[in-house]
Amino acid sequence: MNRLVYFPGCALKDQAQGYEAATLAAVQALGYAVQELPRWNCCGTVYALAQDDLMRHVGPVRNLIRAQEQGATELLTLCAMCYNTLSRSALFVRNPENLRRINAFMDEEEDYRGGVRVLHLVQWLAEIGPERLARAANPGLQGLRIGAYYGCTLLRPKEVAVDHPEKPEIMEGILAALGAEPVLFPERVECCGAYLAVTRPEAVRLRVGSILLSAAHHGAELVVTACPLCHFNLRERRPLGAPRLPVAYLGEVLAWALGTQPIPEEIARTVGVRR
Amino acid sequence: MNQVGVETKTEMVTVYIMGQAYKVPAGLTILKAMEYAGFRLTRGVGCRGGFCGACATVYRLPGDYRLYADLACQTPVRDGMYLALLPSTPAERKPYDLRKVKPGGETLLSLYPELARCVACNTCTKACPQKLEVMDAVQAALRGDVAQVAELTFDCLSCGLCTLRCPAEIPHYHVWQLSRRLYGAYLAPKAEHLRRRLQEMREGKFQAELDRLMSLSKEELRELYKAREIEPE
Repeated sequence: MNRLVYFPGCALKDQAQGYEAATLAAVQALGYAVQELPRWNCCGTVYALAQDDLMRHVGPVRNLIRAQEQGATELLTLCAMCYNTLSRSALFVRNPENLRRINAFMDEEEDYRGGVRVLHLVQWLAEIGPERLARAANPGLQGLRIGAYYGCTLLRPKEVAVDHPEKPEIMEGILAALGAEPVLFPERVECCGAYLAVTRPEAVRLRVGSILLSAAHHGAELVVTACPLCHFNLRERRPLGAPRLPVAYLGEVLAWALGTQPIPEEIARTVGVRR
Repeated sequence: MNQVGVETKTEMVTVYIMGQAYKVPAGLTILKAMEYAGFRLTRGVGCRGGFCGACATVYRLPGDYRLYADLACQTPVRDGMYLALLPSTPAERKPYDLRKVKPGGETLLSLYPELARCVACNTCTKACPQKLEVMDAVQAALRGDVAQVAELTFDCLSCGLCTLRCPAEIPHYHVWQLSRRLYGAYLAPKAEHLRRRLQEMREGKFQAELDRLMSLSKEELRELYKAREIEPE
């Protein structure tokens, strides 16, 4: 069985536990043994943009060292934000001077050697390939019309984008292979409002309203995301009168398609799954 | 002089206490070396046995950039050591009612929001004289895993060295104490046998035997004690 080293991140151990459970079971059903890093720390949550803020890279790079200690060359993430922060820090230490300074600071750890590729679930599934996904998709998604919502952190900046930052189709490819009918809608690459959910929920409601409206107008029965913060906002920060579209994690939809988890009753009802 | 007529020289080392050089006998602990040098310690000293956490201290060694942290009562002096008196690390313990707080991340973060300032620099872990994985405990607190925090910090002495060194200014030992209390109050498995026994006591199951013991004379009690059942070794 192929081994996959996995970085959960805080959200997956707290609000997004369902996402983790569904995804890991599905990934195992695809023939991979998932090994969670035995020790890990917060990814850093938001990538530090200050040029001189070396300290903020220590945490993310320490996680890369933990993966290196496990002999891993790839580190799987399910959270879009963890993916963004970890892969940008991995880019940051491609600069030898940055790497030298980080390693000098972390004198209690082995040096990071720069050989870990951070991989988000959507990339991993795309690399598994549509044929293999289609073969494993039983019962499949039975033509469910799904709008894939990307948000920001999987697509920006373009150096770490999982696909074309403005015209991504990587999730649509996965969903199609699993038997869904992907629905493209222009707002799929817009920001959900992110952490303004705490300080300015009204700003987030405006964003969420236009995203859901756009998805519904283009015919989506279900919106799928791969980010715990987008997931929270799309569900909990809806404006009055927003379309009643259900929102699910990509990993959950994967689990439904592979049959490792049944489609929840309320979603089956709303979307009228054709059984 | 150890033996009569044989003069032996005690090996001496030089240590620097607050910048001043002192010659002290090798083998002393930092705490005893300070007292040997004439400091009278009324704070920053407690059990002298490595349990109370009062004598937290920091030191440097010649030719080494690291700032070491340890308990003064447990660390032998070495030649050339730079020492300092470090009475305590101030930190505010936030008030809470244990019966009203939930055993989760919201409780820890609402009382100690500075937890979220952790950048995973690991300086706390390097400072811990108990060799605890302090940063892992901060990270567990951040993701609301109170049970893990309680487990990782079980041996914490509240010496405050992590708290002194933390660039995020987290008051670790108060967070750990709160986590262990939450764990004990809400998460640890309940002792069912204790509940049953208390119930039996309330129902008077042992009352007759207790009354009989209370009615015995001192002499009769002594005899009874001698004849008691002792578990085989």
